Amino acid sequence: MAEVLSLHDAVARYVDDGATVAMEGFTHLIPFAAGHEIIRQGKRDLTLVRMTPDLIYDQLIGAGCVKKLIFSWGGNPGVGSLHRLRDAVEKGYPHKVEILEHSHAAMACAYEAGAAGLPLAVLRGYIGSDLPKVNDQIKFIDCPFSGERLAAVPSIRPDVGVVHAQKADRKGNVLVEGIIGVQKEAVLAARHSIVTVEEIVDDLEATPNACVIPGWAIDAIAVAEKGAYPSYAHGYYPRHNRFYKEWDTIARDRDSFNAWLEENVYNAGGAS
Amino acid sequence: MSLEYTSAEMMTVTAARALENGTTCFVGIGLPSEAANLARLTHAPDVVLIYESGTLQTKPDVLPLSIGDGELCETALTTVSVPEMFRYWLQGGKIDVGFLGTAQIDRYCNLNTTLIGDYTAPKVRLPGGGGAPEIATNAGEVFITLKHSRRTFVDGVDFVTTLGFGRDGKGRDGVPNIGKGPTRVITDLCVMKPDPETRELVVVSLHPGVTAEQVQEATGWEIRFAEALETTAEPSEKELEVLRELKARTERHHSGE
Repeated sequence: MAEVLSLHDAVARYVDDGATVAMEGFTHLIPFAAGHEIIRQGKRDLTLVRMTPDLIYDQLIGAGCVKKLIFSWGGNPGVGSLHRLRDAVEKGYPHKVEILEHSHAAMACAYEAGAAGLPLAVLRGYIGSDLPKVNDQIKFIDCPFSGERLAAVPSIRPDVGVVHAQKADRKGNVLVEGIIGVQKEAVLAARHSIVTVEEIVDDLEATPNACVIPGWAIDAIAVAEKGAYPSYAHGYYPRHNRFYKEWDTIARDRDSFNAWLEENVYNAGGAS
Repeated sequence: MSLEYTSAEMMTVTAARALENGTTCFVGIGLPSEAANLARLTHAPDVVLIYESGTLQTKPDVLPLSIGDGELCETALTTVSVPEMFRYWLQGGKIDVGFLGTAQIDRYCNLNTTLIGDYTAPKVRLPGGGGAPEIATNAGEVFITLKHSRRTFVDGVDFVTTLGFGRDGKGRDGVPNIGKGPTRVITDLCVMKPDPETRELVVVSLHPGVTAEQVQEATGWEIRFAEALETTAEPSEKELEVLRELKARTERHHSGE
């Protein structure tokens, strides 16, 4: 049963140094507040999983929290590169980050397989791509029924799944609306899960087929108002596209990144 | 007949025209998205646009900056999860056209969006595959649009992120359940199509005012030209007007909060 904790306590309890953490949200509902709390608590040697690393992983990588990154598209959407990710991969700053890259289809299938408790995901993928040459976690198997050669990747089963959602009710049931990405899969595939929400309400007012994650399938709920900013929360606030563009300048330079981090993360308090 | 337009506009309009009304199109972000929405706002009102964020049959009023902008969800018929998008809709064979951009392309339409240089010590690290590797093989066919230069049109991509026809042009031969692959490449200079036999790209149409020498100059290998080389039709006044309004709306939208 989900326990309502402060964001500080939720991160302190469930995110250990060296853990594999999946923080999801496909452009939408990216758990920035939780990511900043992980940075503030100085977590180290994390293996981060995420389809689209986005600014949040750029920040975690630049802050030195990350040992390994598993991803399928690592850019600043519509803007360009993730400069902290590139600096780590190309120049080893602040230290070398190991990368393991997939395609979106494979990661989406791997999350689904993780949620389904399977050891692997099977897909018609990676045909003719060089990715299997550089990622030993991509294999091919023959379908036992048709003989068709199909790709197989291990399921994603992180230690901690972290997502942001619009709201939870008082029993910790969570409603996710809009672009739902792999939010539900990331929670269900993980050993422990933290869901940050914009607010806690009496009634979710969910329609019958809405994406609702039951409270008993979640470990911790933490209220984080504007917790997905500068990404967006459908029905609450829009994506701050201008900041995404400005990030290109902030993150390009190590000093300006570190100054930004100091001012906006380390000195920005956070719920204790 | 003396409309003023840029080579970028020529590219977008030509790419848009490639998309027929009523087709289902899995749209990449950037140039493909611009072209696909121009098609929808001009000759192809019933084109079905699908983005990998899960937005099905979306009709954005402004071009999305990211693949998952709220605008895509708000104007979609429905929004599904990302696993559903890739498994049911793409892998399930419901997509006619995959519309992609790329950082590098070679003569067999192999695409590289992973890196420049060596994998373990990249000169430039690019974003990676995203949806493209499976869009290119699971969609019925693939259109590619990008700017033409020696940096993008290379003699052998550094990394095959996404299959065109393989290093030898035979990468799809004998593979079951695979789409036709790239059927046209649209740049700011010309339109190319793969040779039906060898799969090597052939220039079939030059944009107005562009010479074969210019195309060769901007291509990293000795590019072939069709015997019956055509001149691409100019953009119409209407197409230019719709495109410029769309871009102005988009610019205003993304420069705000």
